[in-house]
Amino acid sequence: MTTRLVRIQNLKKIYKKSSTLFQKLQGQSKFVNAVDDVTLDINKGEILGIVGESGSGKTTLGRTILRLEEPDSGLIFFDGSNFTDVSEHSEMKTFRRRMQMIFQDPFESINSRMKVSNIVAEPLEVHNIASHKREKRDMVMRALEDVKISPAEDFMDRYPHELSGGQRQRVALARTLVLKPDFIVADEPVSMLDVSVRTELLHLMLGLRKKYDLTYLFITHDLAVAKYICDRIGVMLLGKIVELGPALEVIHHPRHSYTKELRAAVPVIKRK
Amino acid sequence: MSHIPDTPNTLLKIDSLSISYFTQRGSISAVDKVTFEVNNGEAFGLAGESGSGKSTIAQSILKLLPTNAEVLNGKILFEDFDILHMKEEEFRTKLRWKRISTVPQAAMNALTPVHKINKQIIEAITAHEHVSSEEALKRTEKLLETVNIPKERGKDYPHQFSGGMKQRAVMAMALACNPSLLIADEPTTGLDVITQVEVLSLLNSLKSKLGLSLIFITHDLSILSELCDRIAIMYAGRIVEKADSRSIFANPIHPYTKALIGSYPDIENGKDKLATISEIKSKTYAGSDCSFYSKCEKSVKQCLEEKLEYHEVEKDHQVLCHLK
Repeated sequence: MTTRLVRIQNLKKIYKKSSTLFQKLQGQSKFVNAVDDVTLDINKGEILGIVGESGSGKTTLGRTILRLEEPDSGLIFFDGSNFTDVSEHSEMKTFRRRMQMIFQDPFESINSRMKVSNIVAEPLEVHNIASHKREKRDMVMRALEDVKISPAEDFMDRYPHELSGGQRQRVALARTLVLKPDFIVADEPVSMLDVSVRTELLHLMLGLRKKYDLTYLFITHDLAVAKYICDRIGVMLLGKIVELGPALEVIHHPRHSYTKELRAAVPVIKRK
Repeated sequence: MSHIPDTPNTLLKIDSLSISYFTQRGSISAVDKVTFEVNNGEAFGLAGESGSGKSTIAQSILKLLPTNAEVLNGKILFEDFDILHMKEEEFRTKLRWKRISTVPQAAMNALTPVHKINKQIIEAITAHEHVSSEEALKRTEKLLETVNIPKERGKDYPHQFSGGMKQRAVMAMALACNPSLLIADEPTTGLDVITQVEVLSLLNSLKSKLGLSLIFITHDLSILSELCDRIAIMYAGRIVEKADSRSIFANPIHPYTKALIGSYPDIENGKDKLATISEIKSKTYAGSDCSFYSKCEKSVKQCLEEKLEYHEVEKDHQVLCHLK
């Protein structure tokens, strides 16, 4: 039986756009609906892909679900409780511990002046988990082993510049895992990585989902990757989800004309 | 001149090119005995992951290698010019931009934000040719139309362009002096699929309309499959396999080529598990001549004992591996 982990109802995020004097005089719209009335359910243990071209609002959607951007209207439910209403700091923290994010560029998303051990331990400090040094170290080690940075011992004292792009992205993943989250928003996590490394990370994410019953919102512009890793795919265009369905269904039998266009734009290796 | 390429159809011939970088920790070989030709009107793809040496080759053709890089060996012959023996001044006046030009990596950031598009393209023209500014403007407008940008938009600044338009404006600039060879280094990286298709179909039409030859450098095999006539797969500075694009995808021989192709999710068919290329097991090549040896799952006894040589699998399909 599937249980719902995240429910989003009529979510809206509007950005104010800077406009020229000419536009102001003409009374043209100064707003961009980055997320425009999106309603979505994300089931526990599933990988929901959000695909679309740049500017379609997929990143904003991910950030708004975590309330890294405050929604302008709409509701977000996380594990049954209303996350949109939470305002108290400590309560917010409890939610945040369970929902995490990894970003596109592992060269920018982790602090290059910190050692790997401190990068991974930082969330524990923020959330006041593990008071004992020993306990903290164990948790960090376990998170690193989970992302196949092993032997973890050897990597604890390294700095990010001593790691490859793929290793950095795995450290970024370990940093979220150390909190034992339920839900991870992954924003283009493999688009900066070389193909061989990319596959490794995808397999790692699939393995971790199984091991920890994780749920992912996987944001990507790459339909082939989305097809490979996602259970369901939502196609975003101008802030709206224009098509949503099982991954294979959306890729092989797209209904919306925009999905068809996206699908046709994917370069294909002619293997025969 | 004395160096006449093999056949009249060959535009560029790279012969046994080796390039090393000199660093404080010693020299690092980036390109190792690379040989390939590009024919007139052909799109040649150089594929490989970061660090495989593909951009270094591009830089050497343009005589734009960083100062700590040195060509140790080999020849680069373009038409009847021996590029490596040309003086910078001669190369600049005769070849660069006029005959060989480039669309750089991250071309979207190659435009200066403070000048209008027209001005930047005019500058590219007048830097290489003595033409009046009216003439240069006329040519600029024509170039913009060639890359499907309305000529009025030349009066805009780069920030008023979308990513795809900037990319096409940079291509217009690269075409400013009617080159016969265009080197495109990861020209679609960072563009989304829709824009990528625009750029690729533009390159395709330029190739057929202007008879332009292309060297297309990317890590994305699916793009090469769509665009290129012949493809070379690079690994650790060497070309490990080279063939026409049909044969390389239908009948890949080298384990690295196979793994690379297998690591692309196939969007058309089912959901096969992707191939992974294992991490380097040890940094030493364990005495093997093959740099893929430490990662290779198919290695045989010969890999340790014999030197590698290219062998021909079928016509125009060569592979640097003991496996057949």
